Amino acid sequence: MTEAAIAEISVTDNYEGGDVNEERSLASDAWRAMRRNPLFWVSATMITIFALMAIWPSLFTSTNPTDAILAQSRERPNANAWFGRDIQGYDIYARCVYGARASILVGVLCTLGTVLIGGIVGVMSGYQGGWLDSLMSRIGDVFFAIPLLLGAIIFLVSLPDFFNDNYFLVVLKVVLALVILGWPSLARLMRSSVIQVKPNDYVQAARALGASPNRIVRSHILPNSLAPVIVVATINLGAYIAAEATLSFLGIGLQYPAISWGIDISAALVGLRTTPHMLFFPSVFLSMAVLAFIMLGDVVRDALDPKNR
Amino acid sequence: MGTYIIRRLLQMIPVILGATFLIFAMVFALPGDPLAGKCGERPCPPQYAAAFREKYNLNDPLPVQYGKYLGNLAKGDLGETYNGIKVSEQLKLRYPITAKLAVMAILFESIIGIFAGVLTGIRKGGFLDNLVLVSTLVVISIPVFVIGGLAQYFLGVKLGLFPVTVTSTDPTVYELALPAMVLGSLSLAYVTRLTRTNLTENLRADYVRTAVSKGLTRRRAIGLHAMRNSLIPVVTFIGFDFGALLGGAIVTERIFNIPGIGGYIYNSIRSRDGASVVGAVTVLVIVYLFVNLLVDLLYGLLDPRISHD
Repeated sequence: MTEAAIAEISVTDNYEGGDVNEERSLASDAWRAMRRNPLFWVSATMITIFALMAIWPSLFTSTNPTDAILAQSRERPNANAWFGRDIQGYDIYARCVYGARASILVGVLCTLGTVLIGGIVGVMSGYQGGWLDSLMSRIGDVFFAIPLLLGAIIFLVSLPDFFNDNYFLVVLKVVLALVILGWPSLARLMRSSVIQVKPNDYVQAARALGASPNRIVRSHILPNSLAPVIVVATINLGAYIAAEATLSFLGIGLQYPAISWGIDISAALVGLRTTPHMLFFPSVFLSMAVLAFIMLGDVVRDALDPKNR
Repeated sequence: MGTYIIRRLLQMIPVILGATFLIFAMVFALPGDPLAGKCGERPCPPQYAAAFREKYNLNDPLPVQYGKYLGNLAKGDLGETYNGIKVSEQLKLRYPITAKLAVMAILFESIIGIFAGVLTGIRKGGFLDNLVLVSTLVVISIPVFVIGGLAQYFLGVKLGLFPVTVTSTDPTVYELALPAMVLGSLSLAYVTRLTRTNLTENLRADYVRTAVSKGLTRRRAIGLHAMRNSLIPVVTFIGFDFGALLGGAIVTERIFNIPGIGGYIYNSIRSRDGASVVGAVTVLVIVYLFVNLLVDLLYGLLDPRISHD
């Protein structure tokens, strides 16, 4: 997602008459710095693997994750079940692979949702200013003041049963809760970076040439103010994955028969003393996914920050 | 200064109103009937049900209910739970415990975090720096319920260094030490990284070079000049974090069996006890807003260029 966003910036830059041959725009510089960073390739590989797991879990395992063999319940890792089996006799490896879908889906959708809502609100209040800005900021404050986890719990419990019908609606329910409570931080960030970009000469020049506000925002303000949002959104993606697992752990997010790392970890905590493998493998998968996105965010930040070079 | 504080206090009012309304509306939409199971295995007698609904204004539409609630709130009355216990009494029992836990977590994360951040910040790229960077990444990516479970098992059960669970309603500092460390672990990682980044950035600033070249020792130049400016984002984060910790203690409280506010809210949501949820969250929001005001006032102390007049 981040790569696509950055590619988009460089495309608009070139289109706007930036010298194609020289290629010294911030985005192309950042891309160059990023390619040289080994951490970028590590995190990109991890993210690709998790994305593949989410889309085609059958690529990684042919075992059915809901195939319970109760006779082998709590079995330790062996040749048949690489990661062992949990209390229900499910194959833990298969469940880890299939669990990626919920986490990645929640992470990606939450990030998209918060970036869209937060970005639009942030640009509007930063560019327009005045009463619209005050109104939007106060509304943002209201959502910001409610703690994320608590607000999400109340929100999830109060949703009608309609949302428990099928898998995607259940995931959507979690996404909705996290987006509704998570957009203000991105809106604040976007607003402040738009305010920083707005007084620049090229924006004034575009306005003097008679460009419409729409065009000014699209081709001058957005490409130059998107960097901090990209960084925070990438890091947040990892945080949302952790939040989904936490909600599932509390028994409020996803629920059986949905497969999620959070649910499996929650079920495995009782066996911490006797069967630690049940806890270990889903936790490693969850931590790796969160780590991959946080590392990518770090790399992108280093690449986009000229002070670090 | 005085007018600034008054303006900020006035700005709080719409935020408090909005947040309480939001929570109120969500609680209003909670599915289920508070009268269910109230009278044992038979349905409640109609007279009792009618009196009950009358007492808790359950027959009114949402805006009227909210208006009545606000009227009571303005008089300092947080209402009664459906069991006829005053919500304020309950909160008085629970809040001190969570507040103690959160304050201990804040102390833990700020003392160790700032210390580690300074140590790594002044020697960027060294062995210690890389060690701290990697270990903070690991802590960030492991979800808090896994850290909590592992810490409880290894430090509490196996080594016996800390009590495994909290058993009293007035826990001692020693009893809360391990939960506080677990609660503050994620923020500890953030504080460390934030301090490190800001310090390295400020160490290159002109005024630090001036301070060194006019003959100050390195210790004084860093401690007195660079530190004060580097701490502003850190203080902002810690202030924001206090509110987040109060609300986010839900998971830690569950793991360590602490009778704090998180568990109280969780149980109230589950039993559809609206007054308790709204009351507890309202207090959380107010605390959060006041801590943020305090942080903004602290800026002036850290950086004399920032004034609130």
